[in-house]
Amino acid sequence: MMKGRTISPGKVKGIALVSKEPIGFYGGINIKTGIVIEKGHPLEGKNVKDKILVFPCGKGSTVGSYVIYGLQKNGVAPKGIINKETETIVATGVILAGIPCIDKIDIDQINDGDTVVLNADNATVEVAK
Amino acid sequence: MYLTKEEEKILQGEQGEVPERMLRLLVQLGDIYGADKMIPVGSVQVAGVSYKSIADPGTEFLEDLSRKGAKVKVLTFLNPAGMDLENWETLKFPKEFAKNQLRIMNAFKSMGIVITATCTPYLAGNLPRFREHIAWSESSAISFSNSVIGARTNREGGPSALAAAILGKTPNYGFHLWENRQPTIRVNIETDLTFDADFGALGYHVGKQVKNKIPYFTGIKNADTDQLKSLGAAMAASGAVALYHIEELTPEADLVKKDNLETITVTKKELDEAYAKLNTGKEPDIVILGCPHASLREISAVAEKLKGKKLRKPVWVCTSRMMKEAAERMGYSDIIEKAGGYIVADTCMVVSPIEDMGYKTTGVNSGKAGNYLPGFCKQNVCFANLHKLLEAAL
Repeated sequence: MMKGRTISPGKVKGIALVSKEPIGFYGGINIKTGIVIEKGHPLEGKNVKDKILVFPCGKGSTVGSYVIYGLQKNGVAPKGIINKETETIVATGVILAGIPCIDKIDIDQINDGDTVVLNADNATVEVAK
Repeated sequence: MYLTKEEEKILQGEQGEVPERMLRLLVQLGDIYGADKMIPVGSVQVAGVSYKSIADPGTEFLEDLSRKGAKVKVLTFLNPAGMDLENWETLKFPKEFAKNQLRIMNAFKSMGIVITATCTPYLAGNLPRFREHIAWSESSAISFSNSVIGARTNREGGPSALAAAILGKTPNYGFHLWENRQPTIRVNIETDLTFDADFGALGYHVGKQVKNKIPYFTGIKNADTDQLKSLGAAMAASGAVALYHIEELTPEADLVKKDNLETITVTKKELDEAYAKLNTGKEPDIVILGCPHASLREISAVAEKLKGKKLRKPVWVCTSRMMKEAAERMGYSDIIEKAGGYIVADTCMVVSPIEDMGYKTTGVNSGKAGNYLPGFCKQNVCFANLHKLLEAAL
């Protein structure tokens, strides 16, 4: 069990999609499909829909908040987000979209494909082994 | 976070649904990032304007705010739209796209936001002063205002900037506080930087390396504001750099603590590698300049190069309506248009639907554009300096 900081509340369980590189939602993820489109990104071609998306921090355009909100409205958003450090762009997006999110987590402890319980109500992450 | 009586009342809904919702978002952000209170802002720059970027969900979000009577309290400018708001038909922007784009503009206008549509508000009439608190949300303009002007803004998301505009306030945390403006990495430049494109390539490389750190540059001998805007834009796109300092060039460089910093060095080799990475195409179908929006100096350089010549390929110079007006007055527009190019206002290559307009390979001199075009606009990129790009189009 890891303890972090709540960015946006809620409790979800799902499969982790892990990126070691930062994610820029604007220009990085297709708002209609949830597919990662940034060329050369480690998650290029993968779909964030219904995943617990794990990445160190956000990057790039400030329009990313709208992309996160749009992914949710289009039904292709991740179930939850876990960061090392959530910056304001991602924080604004998840709060607006109501996606559970916590940060200050040692994301190296989470592997791609792990089943993860993200409880943003008490800021914990549990990886089912 | 400490809230005034008036702010408490807003949260209780005394001023209606919109201020309540907006303040709730800002208080949540303030609580997460350890703000002690709300502080007044001098101005706001709102991102998330192009229909291509925010799509239907974003458009409906804005129209909902507008219907509910949202009004801004401080000078608020807008980021580029997805098309030239006046000449979109001539430039062959798709009709359906234009219809949706105009819905967005009308929603912003009804809130009292100035329909400027530029990523360079500081060149178009929204100029903060040193140490002024502002809430801006265009990543390149954030970088410019924090670093080159020494104003203070966090990297606001589109919606949090809009919330700050509606309340005239922002939570006091992050880059608003002096202790958080200190550099966290030294970047030593051991190569000459000549063209604006060199600054774009440098920014692209450094942004990838330093991610969200605060670089302190040494070894940059000189740079004008166009080059600094190019550098900052690229670092904010390939990384999340919101503030940088340059020894002897930027206003806070002398004031910050710069002892015992981790150091990285950039030589000609790294710069050449950045050029190589940015070049994913061979022959451009179109050359698009002005990312961030071109200054009058940049427009005049293009005009000088194209004077009396004929272009084989389209050249767009993207800029603000204000710079376009000045370019027209000076005859630069005439020269560029006679050569077969266009000065396109209110938009840019990243946020306009160029992939739907038949273009596959775009020539740019911007590290920011070179970063976004391959993914977001499905473009191959030819990255070079202005002179090479224009020679390839002649």
